[in-house]
Amino acid sequence: MTMTPRRRRMVLVGLILLGVSGAAAFALTAFQDNLLYYYPPSDIAAGKAPADRVFRLGGMVEEGSVKRDTGSMEVRFVVTDYQKDVTVSYSGVLPDLFRDGQGVIARGQLRADGVFVAHEVLAKHDENYMPPQVAESLRKQHQQKAPAATPST
Amino acid sequence: MWLWFHKLSSPPYAYRMATLLRPWFFWTALALIVFAAYGGLVLAPPDYQQKDAFRIIYVHAPAAIMSLQVYVVMAIAAAVGVIWRIKLAHAVAAACAPVGAAFTVVALATGSIYGKPMWGTWWEWDPRITSELIQLFLYLGYMALRASFDDTQRADRASAILAIVGVVNVPIVKYSVVWWNSLHQAPTISKIGKPSIELSMAWPLYTMLLGFMLYFAAVLCDRVRSEILRRERNANWLVETVKTS
Repeated sequence: MTMTPRRRRMVLVGLILLGVSGAAAFALTAFQDNLLYYYPPSDIAAGKAPADRVFRLGGMVEEGSVKRDTGSMEVRFVVTDYQKDVTVSYSGVLPDLFRDGQGVIARGQLRADGVFVAHEVLAKHDENYMPPQVAESLRKQHQQKAPAATPST
Repeated sequence: MWLWFHKLSSPPYAYRMATLLRPWFFWTALALIVFAAYGGLVLAPPDYQQKDAFRIIYVHAPAAIMSLQVYVVMAIAAAVGVIWRIKLAHAVAAACAPVGAAFTVVALATGSIYGKPMWGTWWEWDPRITSELIQLFLYLGYMALRASFDDTQRADRASAILAIVGVVNVPIVKYSVVWWNSLHQAPTISKIGKPSIELSMAWPLYTMLLGFMLYFAAVLCDRVRSEILRRERNANWLVETVKTS
């Protein structure tokens, strides 16, 4: 089959795209571990998180687990992914969205006793947006279905 | 279809079309943006969790979506320019870059302003934020590469390759929040299935996005016109057009 110059250029553009996306896919898969932005508590329990350096821990603040020291900025709470838990100790200002059941990302180091000492705590909100009334009625429905649900503040 | 394609690729016709369409795009865009801003800032209810601060998505999300869409338009125009050797397509690609870069800057800046009160940080090396920053560098790199050539045709060809190569970053930005753990939340509207936002809060978002698209179209008309003026400055038709108008 003879190729017109136009067809040849078309194939060339196609090959460039194919090559570059292939290379990008390989690179991203190869560096998957380094691209990991945070570790869930399960990974820490499985020993996948680095023990000797600073990393990020991500998960939900367990309901009712937040304990503040009176007279200091020290706060302790449990981060969970509903499979495993990690206790976090942090001293500093928490973001406004920080509360029970909220997604958080903490940057810090794992101490020998298994407590995660955070230098920074960020709040992660989800992709759901709704008016307060809708959220309230959703919460009520949820409670009716599961009366044992933990009370929210 | 092919006839129309050829007709459109002729600079005099494209110049006239751009002049004709520009005011329609611009005024519709302005009306939509003003309407959407009123809807987003006044009519939409506050979010149950983020309260009034969530309203920045009415600028942030459309700008971020546009930062990717403009790039796709630019890459397609560049590919058409390379394959069919259409100069006008290269002109369109060149016209896209600064607009796309501006949308990217708006997305990054509003995201940063949003991040401080909500997440607790101005900047994080999160997959979504980092890939969006790369998106900005792709636009800037494209513009810098173009600027480094004196010869327009050589600039067209070299920058087109960069535009085509760079398009791989678009799916990376889009799916970064799905593929990796990230601080940024998952997609709200640009996903398959039901959007995760109440209609009363969603309509200003869609309206704003449409407004941004039409605004882009209007600016593109302007920029393509000035590209044509620069490229065809010695052409007879241009002298005639400028004389009569």
